[in-house]
Amino acid sequence: MNEFTSGFWSAYITVITIASILGCGLLLWKLSTKRLSPGQKADVMGHVWDENLEEYNNPLPRWWMWLFWITLVFAAVYLVLYPGLGSYAGVLNWSSTGQWEKEQARAAERFEPKFAQYASMDIPAVAADPAAREMGQRMFLNYCAQCHASDARGGRGFPNLADKDWLYGGTPEAIVATITQGRTGIMPPWPQLGEEGIGNVTHYVLQMGGRTHDGIKAVQGKDVYAANCAACHGADGTGNPALGAPNLTDETWLYGGGESTIVESITRGRNGHMPAWGQFLGPNKTHLLAAYVYGLSQGK
Amino acid sequence: MSAQAAAFNTSFPAGAGTTTYNYTVVRQFAIMTLVWGIVGMLVGVIIAAQLMFPDLTYGIPWLSYGRLRPLHTNAVIFAFGGSALFATSYYVVQRTCHARLFAGPLAAFTFWGWQLVIVGAAITLPLGITTSKEYAELEWPLDVLITLVWVSYAVVFFGTIAKRKTSHIYVANWFFGGFILTVALLHLVNSAAIPATPWKSYSAYAGAQDAMVQWWYGHNAVGFFLTAGFLGMMYYFVPKQADRPVYSYRLSVVHFWALIFTYMWAGPHHLHYTALPDWAQSLGMAFSLILLAPSWGGMINGIMTLSGAWHKLRTDPILKFLIVSLSFYGMSTFEGPMMSIKTVNSLSHYTDWTIGHVHAGALGWVAMITIGSLYFMIPRLFGRSEMYSTKLVTTHFWVATIGVVLYIAAMWIAGVMQGLMWRAVNPDDGTLTYTFVESVKSTYPFYAIRLLGGVMFLGGMLIMAYNTYKTVASGKAVDAPVLQPAPAHA
Repeated sequence: MNEFTSGFWSAYITVITIASILGCGLLLWKLSTKRLSPGQKADVMGHVWDENLEEYNNPLPRWWMWLFWITLVFAAVYLVLYPGLGSYAGVLNWSSTGQWEKEQARAAERFEPKFAQYASMDIPAVAADPAAREMGQRMFLNYCAQCHASDARGGRGFPNLADKDWLYGGTPEAIVATITQGRTGIMPPWPQLGEEGIGNVTHYVLQMGGRTHDGIKAVQGKDVYAANCAACHGADGTGNPALGAPNLTDETWLYGGGESTIVESITRGRNGHMPAWGQFLGPNKTHLLAAYVYGLSQGK
Repeated sequence: MSAQAAAFNTSFPAGAGTTTYNYTVVRQFAIMTLVWGIVGMLVGVIIAAQLMFPDLTYGIPWLSYGRLRPLHTNAVIFAFGGSALFATSYYVVQRTCHARLFAGPLAAFTFWGWQLVIVGAAITLPLGITTSKEYAELEWPLDVLITLVWVSYAVVFFGTIAKRKTSHIYVANWFFGGFILTVALLHLVNSAAIPATPWKSYSAYAGAQDAMVQWWYGHNAVGFFLTAGFLGMMYYFVPKQADRPVYSYRLSVVHFWALIFTYMWAGPHHLHYTALPDWAQSLGMAFSLILLAPSWGGMINGIMTLSGAWHKLRTDPILKFLIVSLSFYGMSTFEGPMMSIKTVNSLSHYTDWTIGHVHAGALGWVAMITIGSLYFMIPRLFGRSEMYSTKLVTTHFWVATIGVVLYIAAMWIAGVMQGLMWRAVNPDDGTLTYTFVESVKSTYPFYAIRLLGGVMFLGGMLIMAYNTYKTVASGKAVDAPVLQPAPAHA
């Protein structure tokens, strides 16, 4: 890869780099002098500032001078071996992308069979395999736990993966699709419903969940719900996994189910984002990770 | 009117027939160095505590870590370090040129202008107004003010050099001069931006170029603001306090030119293994290694100046500050080139090792040389022969030294541990052995040690403030008469 827009800039870098290293060497060489003979004392320069500031003219310490030479020679050799002098690639033909690709290939060769062995098993079977579960957990803790927490119980705005409630479905296929492609869960904001309308529909939602509510407001909110919310959340409020629209009649609340939080969700909307991991993980690791996630809610 | 107030408000006019040095501006900057040092380090202590107790400031946005951290770096580098550089360079350039400071009113403008920049930073950064460029966070109106102050600084400094009574320019002034010129260049290039509103601008550069310009600036802020300038300080106060000639003029010539030339190349080592082209990364690393010897030249010249006067270290706490600061300088300028090696950097980058390295330089070198220089200057500026209490200076020295050592040792261990934990993989399946949060948890005890080190260093500054108050209160602002240069001999 060549980052230079023209050969001129490559030559420019090369010339000033070489000139700079030679220049440092020249400065050092020109100002190096012989060691003082034993017993000889360095002269003072003869200038005096501010009453008593003077300067000896000791020769450069030998070890320091050699240290300087060594770093100059090292730099020169390094720039012959590695890219540095403009677009010259270096004797070793090394590049950071090349190194990365090599490391990736080596890791794939060594570790990919470990993951591939599970690829032909179906996900419930993988989920039942203790060794596979351990590998899956290690991936989960590094890639998923930041949002879904190390015990997979999630947090505010981040779904609990350890229960039986699923926004997009909990079948093996749905979990694989979620990990591979990611999910974008958008609840649009509804400020146009007005403060009163939002208040009423909130009480209707509370009523659907069988929770404490204001009966009059709930009655008034029913039509608002049917006109605006039912399209995604369903006429009966049980949600729609195809859209990721949450069930409003159960105890699971992604952002909180208190009155004020529901008002906030309706007024401002919500924006949930699960990133896509397909490209990063590849199919075999995704398969194993999906099995781990699937297994979290089994047998409960 | 207290003596302190007198120091701030009164300039002593020259008596008939005698000219005095302009100490007014030196006194102002010297006192503010101390004030901003305490403020900046206090903010440092707060954010160190926030790393242990994330809810310490009750989630108040203005006091959140992300806003206080740039306030801390700006306060210690530009308010504390900057005021120290103004104070010492104005003191040194007058005394070594045997001439009163050029353009007195302009010098006064640099003081008030610089304080205004600092106050502006202290208001805008907690409000979240930032360019997001590290160590250059201030928005464009403040950048314009910095430019005006800095140009005035250059006029005052080089004007004084021009009217000097000595034939040769003393070595300390080469370093101060190099620092002033280069910082002007760095500031103008890196802060180039298109203003959108009074408090928002967009960088003139984009993508990897923006990152490269930023770290060309960032590393040279270390190289020139925090190294060349403070070497200027070293070249005056070490030989003065030791009462010995500088070790080698020849060495100072070689290391001065090599240092200011080579530092310019080192920036890309902040961007190893990023989108920056490989050739630029390689050059950054190669020249960072070349930088080792030129950096050490300054350390050798400072420490060897003491040859023949080593015994003074036993009794003189000011000399202790100066020489220990040079030791930390030597240590961190060895560590820096090592960390710029790509293999080492792949372990150290993004860990607390970097924080430890920075503080070995910032506390060990910059702050300690400043403290030593202030202890030298303050009595002389206020008509006393020495500080109110030499014993307290010694106490300050030990408290500060132990504080720095605790701080950097904790961060070294934490950093290497983090680097090793992040890269550890299970040999069976190649998955990461540790999650990120496990490395955070393991860092906890070291955060505690770091906090203790920081508190100790801040405590030392408070001892200094008390000692300074007592010195100033019993002294009176005195401007020394300009001396005739001694005739050259040898």
